[in-house]
Amino acid sequence: MKIVVCVKHVPDVQGDRGFTDDGTVDRGQGDGTLNELDENAVEAAVQLVEQHGGEVTVLTMGPADAEDAVRRGLQMGAAHAVHVQDDALEGSDAFATASVLAAAVRRIAEDGAVDLVVTGMASLDGLMSVLPSLLAARLDLPQATLAAEVTVDGGVVRVRRELDHATEVLEAPLPALVSVTDQANQPRYPNFKAIMAARKTPVTTWSLADLGLDASEVGAAGARTRVLEATPRPPREDRVLITDEGDAGVRIAQYLVENRLV
Amino acid sequence: MTAPVLVLVDHHDGVPRASGLELLTAARDLGPVEAVCIGEAGAQAAAEVGRFGAGALHVLTPGTTAPVALAAALARLVETTGAATVLMSSTFENKELAAHLALVTDAGLVVDAAGLETADGGRVVTVQQAFAATWTLRSEVLRPRAVVALKPNAVPATPVDTPFEPTVTTHDVDVSAMRERVVERTPRPTSGRPDLTEAQVVVVGGRGTEGDFSAVEELADVLGAAVGATRVATDEGWIGHEAQIGQTGVTVSPRLYVGAGVSGAVHHRGGMQASGTIVAVNADPEAPIFEIADLGVVGDLFTILPQAAAELRRLRPEG
Ligand SMILES: Cc1cc2nc3c(=O)[nH]c(=O)nc-3n(C[C@H](O)[C@H](O)[C@H](O)COP(=O)(O)OP(=O)(O)OC[C@H]3O[C@@H](n4cnc5c(N)ncnc54)[C@H](O)[C@@H]3O)c2cc1C
Ligand SMILES: Nc1ncnc2c1ncn2[C@@H]1O[C@H](COP(=O)(O)O)[C@@H](O)[C@H]1O
Repeated sequence: MKIVVCVKHVPDVQGDRGFTDDGTVDRGQGDGTLNELDENAVEAAVQLVEQHGGEVTVLTMGPADAEDAVRRGLQMGAAHAVHVQDDALEGSDAFATASVLAAAVRRIAEDGAVDLVVTGMASLDGLMSVLPSLLAARLDLPQATLAAEVTVDGGVVRVRRELDHATEVLEAPLPALVSVTDQANQPRYPNFKAIMAARKTPVTTWSLADLGLDASEVGAAGARTRVLEATPRPPREDRVLITDEGDAGVRIAQYLVENRLV
Repeated sequence: MTAPVLVLVDHHDGVPRASGLELLTAARDLGPVEAVCIGEAGAQAAAEVGRFGAGALHVLTPGTTAPVALAAALARLVETTGAATVLMSSTFENKELAAHLALVTDAGLVVDAAGLETADGGRVVTVQQAFAATWTLRSEVLRPRAVVALKPNAVPATPVDTPFEPTVTTHDVDVSAMRERVVERTPRPTSGRPDLTEAQVVVVGGRGTEGDFSAVEELADVLGAAVGATRVATDEGWIGHEAQIGQTGVTVSPRLYVGAGVSGAVHHRGGMQASGTIVAVNADPEAPIFEIADLGVVGDLFTILPQAAAELRRLRPEG
């Protein structure tokens, strides 16, 4: 089974995250990591390959330091890594990202058909959860998204999805696209040997031209929305911290009544 | 004449959800409103969307969750009605539908919006929260068409003065080309409490409850609140996964959030930091949740929550 996992490099959620003056995510803080939710995607793919044979390719689109994201994927057990990098990609929205990733998946498929494309449930910087659907559409693949459980059997992928008002079991014929949630598995922590081995694996880098894409379709120029302003939320004012001296419950009740919250 | 706005109204057996009524209210500022329901929705739905200003109700059948088939049906409606904007509530299912719909109608796409405005020239401007609600963004849709998924509680739902009597039309969803197969679908049992994403007040229990949610539930009942949880509590199986608030659970922005035995990890904050007022009870004075709590109380939730509930009952004996 040949699986491509899309992974994104994002600012560390524990770090100080922000926006630049032009409304794009500030990537200058230097504390980016592999999107935690994409670790679940890599783990799911590596487990499927351990069960059914085959190999995993990790794929990312992003600036130079996004290579860290695919490196992490290699450490977790991916066999190949592809990094799409091009100055023209700066400011790309989800539609452009989907077109570029779709072109890269097709290019990867030239060396043997891809059975499954796996993504995380969301990038922890944007939390849009729209890329999986856009990518499935661009690749004309059936989609089985938000999988809390994934199994493959006889050319069919089956997922269990926890939706807002229901639980669903969904099946799709391969090739298909699957997005996995953080419920799907516990991502492995690569050991020293895996980290050393991953160092030796080359990362393939493709530009837009390598993928036969035109710069006018991507980047900020092609974006369908534009950030007008980004402002840090002002800190909450008049915060009160009290220590219970036996009457804290009463004081909470009074606070709620005084502030017309009940 | 301004172009109509299509509003996807989520419903439960033909009863519109509160989120749908909020959307109808927000849509009235943008143009004439036409409601859309997926799956059987009859006279009750028509009356209710009319009460909130919809002049038409489009029913898409059969009810399905297949985003591609639904997007195709909605795209046809966009075409026939000439709608410039499609609004829906920002649930995981709707976000997938929004993505496919924006793709086939060449529209700008915004999900998880917390507010909606129009700029000069009728362009849609949205407000969003980013990075665990530590940043606020305003963005502009650069296409003539916009698909916007709005979070619950973004706008209060208010009926129109004189209810509309919407025309009801039914449209087919073509599911014949669908490659995915739903093997099983189990609707989640309703708890009798308000829906978590739509509730005005939410009481949340974390690891500090050690699995005993009775104090959390008691306070929730006095407040008419929904009960939520951290991932630790749902992973432990103390409460269903649907109660998880945070970056990988549901996002809530109620008027009042009360957290008990919740440390305030960044993943959890991502789903609640936009709440109006935050009250936190935690035994550890260093707990990060106190950094964002309007009222922080250092102490034991097992004594404090029942005392608060009792005092509220005393202050409001009628409730
Ligand atoms: C990719 C990823 C996604 C995640 N997504 C989410 C998410 O969506 N939502 C989420 O919640 N978490 C999420 N998490 C987990 C998150 O990082 C935290 O582990 C979790 O939120 C902590 O839950 P908690 O506050 O209940 O537990 P803890 O952090 O253990 O805090 C328990 C608190 O209870 C207090 N306490 C103990 N006893 C008492 C008492 N008797 N009275 C009062 N206070 C008491 C303690 O002082 C402590 O502060 C995610 C993690 C990852 C890696
Ligand atoms: N630039 C990117 N490169 C590779 N994968 C991506 C990229 N952006 C998003 N993804 C994938 O799409 C998923 C959902 O992203 P999003 O729609 O941005 O929340 C992520 O978990 C990744 O698997």
